[in-house]
Amino acid sequence: MKLTVWTYEGPPHVGAMRVATAMKGLHYVLHAPQGDTYADLLFTMIERRNHRPPVSYTTFEGRDLGEDTAGLFKRACQDAYDRFKPQALIVGASCTAELIQDDPGGLAETMNLPVPVIALELPSYQRKENFGTDETFYQLVKALAGPVEKTPHITANLIGPLALGFRHRDDIEEVKALLEEMGIGINVVAPFDATPHDLTRLGAAHINILMYPEHAETAARHMERTLGIPFTKTVPIGVGATHDFVAEVARICGVEPKKDLSRLRQPWWSKSVDSTYLTGKRVFLFGDATHVQTAARIARDEMGFEVIGLGCYNREFARPIRQLAKEFGLEALITDDYLEVEKAIEDAAPEMILGTQMERHIGKRLGIPCAVISAPVHVQDFPARYSPQMGWEGANVIFDTWIHPLVMGLEEHLLAMFREDFEFHDEAGASHHGGHAPRAVEGGQPPVSEADSPRSISESKTDMPAPVETGTDVMVWLADAERELKKIPFFVRGKAKRNTEKFAAERGVTEISVDTLYEAKAHYAR
Amino acid sequence: MNRPANIPASTCRDAPILKERGQREVFCGLTGIIWLHRKMQDAFFLVVGSRTCAHLLQSAAGVMIFAEPRFGTAILEETDLAGLADANDELDREVARLLSRRPDIKQLFLVGSCPSEVIKLDLARAAERLTQIHAPHVRVLNYSGSGIETTFTQGEDACLASMVPVLPGTEDRELLLVGALPDVVEDQAVDLLTKMGIGPIHVLPAPRSADAPGIGPNTVFACLQPFLGDTAAALERRGARMIQAPFPFGEEGTTLWLKAIADEFGVDDATFDAVTAAPRARARTAIANASEHLRGKSIFFLPDSQLEIPLARFLTRECGMVAVEIGQPFIHKGLVGPDLDLIPAGPTISEGQDVEKQLDRVRAARPDLTVCGLGLANPLEAEGLTTKWAIELVFTPVHFYDQAGDLAGLFSRPLRRRALLKLEERA
Ligand code: SF4
Repeated sequence: MKLTVWTYEGPPHVGAMRVATAMKGLHYVLHAPQGDTYADLLFTMIERRNHRPPVSYTTFEGRDLGEDTAGLFKRACQDAYDRFKPQALIVGASCTAELIQDDPGGLAETMNLPVPVIALELPSYQRKENFGTDETFYQLVKALAGPVEKTPHITANLIGPLALGFRHRDDIEEVKALLEEMGIGINVVAPFDATPHDLTRLGAAHINILMYPEHAETAARHMERTLGIPFTKTVPIGVGATHDFVAEVARICGVEPKKDLSRLRQPWWSKSVDSTYLTGKRVFLFGDATHVQTAARIARDEMGFEVIGLGCYNREFARPIRQLAKEFGLEALITDDYLEVEKAIEDAAPEMILGTQMERHIGKRLGIPCAVISAPVHVQDFPARYSPQMGWEGANVIFDTWIHPLVMGLEEHLLAMFREDFEFHDEAGASHHGGHAPRAVEGGQPPVSEADSPRSISESKTDMPAPVETGTDVMVWLADAERELKKIPFFVRGKAKRNTEKFAAERGVTEISVDTLYEAKAHYAR
Repeated sequence: MNRPANIPASTCRDAPILKERGQREVFCGLTGIIWLHRKMQDAFFLVVGSRTCAHLLQSAAGVMIFAEPRFGTAILEETDLAGLADANDELDREVARLLSRRPDIKQLFLVGSCPSEVIKLDLARAAERLTQIHAPHVRVLNYSGSGIETTFTQGEDACLASMVPVLPGTEDRELLLVGALPDVVEDQAVDLLTKMGIGPIHVLPAPRSADAPGIGPNTVFACLQPFLGDTAAALERRGARMIQAPFPFGEEGTTLWLKAIADEFGVDDATFDAVTAAPRARARTAIANASEHLRGKSIFFLPDSQLEIPLARFLTRECGMVAVEIGQPFIHKGLVGPDLDLIPAGPTISEGQDVEKQLDRVRAARPDLTVCGLGLANPLEAEGLTTKWAIELVFTPVHFYDQAGDLAGLFSRPLRRRALLKLEERA
């Protein structure tokens, strides 16, 4: 039993839904109680899908339990087949149905439906959403993809993009463009928009582009083994990674690594003088392993940031992330405990977070800017505009996205210079974020902003948890020093405060004066 | 003059009910935690469930992410399923850890889920045991929010019902208002009743456990929400008596609800009118403005929040809409009877759901407005239907006079929006 407040991943059957919902002509019959239908809203609201996920829930109730839940399941299967006429069915159990052990796979098999029925075994009490996506796609491929004649021209399958993915829709277009420049055609993209029938043609490709290892690595390995299709190991997110990707594909396919760099602006944007202010920005990375891996390289090599912490929530990829952290001289944070991540970020006191929607909330609370690089996603991660992460345009998009939350170049200096101007004061935040002042770092509670609680049903002012121990209770800031601290721009103030206190504590100083502040500054100067 | 002006000759009270059993598209009772934890400020809701339960809460909470909300899920793991003794030990340990970290918590609700119920984890016993361990500082209660026993708003009912047996006794004649409403509307209700000279007034749930209302044979109570059947029954078992009335939505509903209470407390008509005249007039004006786009429009309710029947009464009688079908997850005539009495026969009244068949009926009827859950709204919009998502009705202040215009506005906004947008290519 583990107490959980917020989770990075849903249960594995939600992963299966992400595969099913991405596809066409496939239907998922899920043995589950009514409340589990909440998952539909992830797709219709967050991703703004204009259709319902192709999922029939059996929605058994308490009174069904002693009776015939198996019969209920079979009826749901038959109804789903009759109504939707899918090319294939997947069947499985949610966490509750797993306990009543009706064996959906076995039941469906006895029905002799005229289409392939693929049973999913997704252990809900051990595994999570990403296991569900990977396993479901693998089972589909295993059941449907057999040896077929190769296409006469060199073609690739793009595998891994699915529903509720972080920018998958646009990444597909970028990767297609990269391949097209090398003269490589597309055989099948899956699961995104693929039909079960399309999956039977997977074997015709010469190479698998493994876009998202989280969702398709098992399928990629299976196809390598059984169909002899090699797959790519480089995920083309970032300038360097995209160059490497092109080289890798060219090597595997024996073609020229042709590329059209005319649309790539990131390198110049990063070299131009306005970007000098990015130098050495201390960033903390957290998300799924693939996006963290690629982001780390971009942060260090292509933005000139300093990576001061990194980690991932999907344990399946703990090993490569630990390896990566070592390369950066760091200890990887592998956890799916949101509070642990928050603590690590608070301790590291980065100037910026590159994370998920969860870290965006952490950033909001700590007053640290955050850009989103990975799922779990929210409605704003599905922009109307074209906004890939992969390929050349992806590199451009990432540059813009990452600097957006930051105070811009010259503005940073102006804020420091005129920090006492009442209209130009630093807590106003970046000028391009109207009204989004980060909270002052010292003490107090995070304000619960309007945006945080539009549905708050209680307007109580007393609804505040007990003040958080900041560890400063034994340390006294003299009035002068406190005033001086306030003159330090807000985005480094927290760090300055903590450093000074640490410096003072190490020397047994209990009263912090202006001198202590500057001695600490000199001590920590890099 | 405070009686409804046009009681229809034939009403929905006796209309046949279309009972459906099939796939449902409704949240489970865990969802209520999202608003209950904001209302009860020294309570913590600990769901004993699976990753799915945690994910439901997170998805339903949407943008409401707080540092550490007063709810969480104790996620059952493989080992907990293997032996119940171990699961109980684990639970005790998690609770002890939680309570030591949150000394501000005075009430802890162990909330049952489908998995905890299927493995027959006895949370009532656990609550007793934990109350003994953590008394007198913390009282531990339990209820079921599981999807195999409860739908959506029934979770609030189960929660409030679990509190009734431990409420202190009283012989005093008191009015109890039952239901977790936003403070702003609760204050309005108390204010109106107080002005009529009615009191003392208490509310269940109280914002803090120390303010828990007393209950006894001289208590009379009125429900603020139409889904509190179990709570009402529990209160009656403690000797309290329910005041029946239509629910306080819209000008008419609010007036009838207040009037029923006023009659119980012997308030004379002059006083009643003096107190209600101004807000009634305000409400009428606001509704008239907001319902301009609703008049003559048809509406179809899919079963969701249990507010469907009272809202249909408001929308048909006060906003001029025409109901095609009014679906509710289940129908408790003891609660919604007075509302059914006021709706003229005509619309289909349905209970339960078989979602695919119901959607076929929606498509056939092509109503001007469809009230449904979040999973169905965008797909129906994509089919050219205009929708209103039901969950907002539970999260937004919509009761009583001064919110009547807002309530009508929630329904008219999607229609106004559809009329405003010019997105199609013009020749
Ligand atoms: S329906 Fe049951 S298993 Fe699903 S979220 Fe609700 S309580 Fe949990």
